[in-house]
Amino acid sequence: MPLWLDLTIRVVAVMAGFLVLPLLVGQAEHKVMAHMQGRVGPMYAGAFHGWAQLVADGVKFVQKEDITPRDADRAVFRLAPIVALFPYLIVILTIPLGPGGLVAQSLDIGLFLVLAVLGIGVVAVLMSAWSSANKYSLLGGVRGAAQLLGYELPLVLAAASVAMAAGTLSLPGIVEAWQPWWLIWQGPAALVFFIAGLAEIRRPPFDMPIADSELVFGYMTEYTGLRFAFFLLAEYVGIIVIAGLTTVLFLGGWHGPFADQLGWLWTLLKIFALSFVIIWLRVSYPRLREDQLQRLCWLILVPVALAQLVLTAAVRTLL
Amino acid sequence: MSENGDRIAPGKGLLDGLAVTFKTMTRRSTTQQYPDVEPDLPPRSRGVIALLEENCTVCMLCARECPDWCIYIDSHKEEVVVPGAARARQRNVLDRFDIDFSLCMYCGICIEVCPFDALHWTPEFEYAETDVLSLLHDKDRLGEWMRTVPPPPAHDVLGEPSKEEATATRKAAGPGAATAAKTARPANVRATRPQSEPSPPEPGQ
Repeated sequence: MPLWLDLTIRVVAVMAGFLVLPLLVGQAEHKVMAHMQGRVGPMYAGAFHGWAQLVADGVKFVQKEDITPRDADRAVFRLAPIVALFPYLIVILTIPLGPGGLVAQSLDIGLFLVLAVLGIGVVAVLMSAWSSANKYSLLGGVRGAAQLLGYELPLVLAAASVAMAAGTLSLPGIVEAWQPWWLIWQGPAALVFFIAGLAEIRRPPFDMPIADSELVFGYMTEYTGLRFAFFLLAEYVGIIVIAGLTTVLFLGGWHGPFADQLGWLWTLLKIFALSFVIIWLRVSYPRLREDQLQRLCWLILVPVALAQLVLTAAVRTLL
Repeated sequence: MSENGDRIAPGKGLLDGLAVTFKTMTRRSTTQQYPDVEPDLPPRSRGVIALLEENCTVCMLCARECPDWCIYIDSHKEEVVVPGAARARQRNVLDRFDIDFSLCMYCGICIEVCPFDALHWTPEFEYAETDVLSLLHDKDRLGEWMRTVPPPPAHDVLGEPSKEEATATRKAAGPGAATAAKTARPANVRATRPQSEPSPPEPGQ
């Protein structure tokens, strides 16, 4: 296969996944959340159980007026949604779907790149918050920065634990080295990673920066139309990314019966199962207060992640 | 989690929360598909008030008791010559009977107070208007709602027998027979619907 064709297929596949998977998760969120609350959710768009609701939402967002507040820092204000969305695209490039190089871009330092790129989220939050010239936006942005910086630490420590266990930073390499008993050995790290990941994508119960009942909509307050849609899309791509990373690092990615043929299916199933859990948590739990949020991070997640590192190192030396 | 001091296993509250939402998801949702499916309204639903014009004697009780004063009644007197009577009788003729549903608070006092069952609840509720003035229903419009008045609910088999039945039994038993009807309230306080009157048809017919 010539290089250009190979590249085109990979890029098209990643773009398709980037655009379709978040819509699936979004629709699932509409429906799952509705049924968990005794409702039925969207029923009209697309005639069959509202399957086209998000398409209709997209059309609506495109039609809306694109407003930039007069006092806003225009260039930064307009750039922020792209900065929020783009890192996730790069992360999706590196998530392996199946064995035998079924990944858009296999990197030796994949995990390193992923964690570095996820950190850009803070910049997008601060950009949108500061440039909006709105007090609610600024409050949300400052909360967001404190939260993202804080939860970066347990996220990285938990990921470092599994990298230590596997002895590689390559994401396919980690899945390759994964064994079922790691579920117990790396269990605490998996929990820490998943919870910190939830906080990284600012999903309820960690949505203090958005907190629609107190901050209007946090750093997204001033955004309308397509730019707002980009922020929303970033949230749902974020679900896919966090679910995907947790799958790859801790749940064994493509491991399962007939992994050679159906590896990609196992990966996708695990991603969707984790996405369901993310939605489920949103429905079940109220938003954390700001001090509870920081307390959970620094007093529970970070110590657990550090203890996990010690455990991982100990088991590695003993084996 | 454990701030309430209860000695429960840590995290049990979190798991309970997850269980609640998951159980709800497995049950049928309670949403009513209203515009597509007609709602199953409970009996005696208070939708709109219907007027049976023939029963109205223009006693004005309803208009006077209405807390919102949203009933407007006009009438005039007519002479009726009864053959064989010493002099002509007078009767009231209803000219105007309007209920302003933009003021009505659906308390139902007018219906309760009507001595001759001229007013009835009907469960119809789809009479929203884009103009508030159109919510003033005149007596023709109120009369049209009579088609939607449901038949009165069946008598409770375990309850006291109705006044009519009790009176009929007492009369059949002969004078002086002790029955419940004798000790009951006088029948002229609030006349119940006579058995001979045909019950209005079912709504939607």
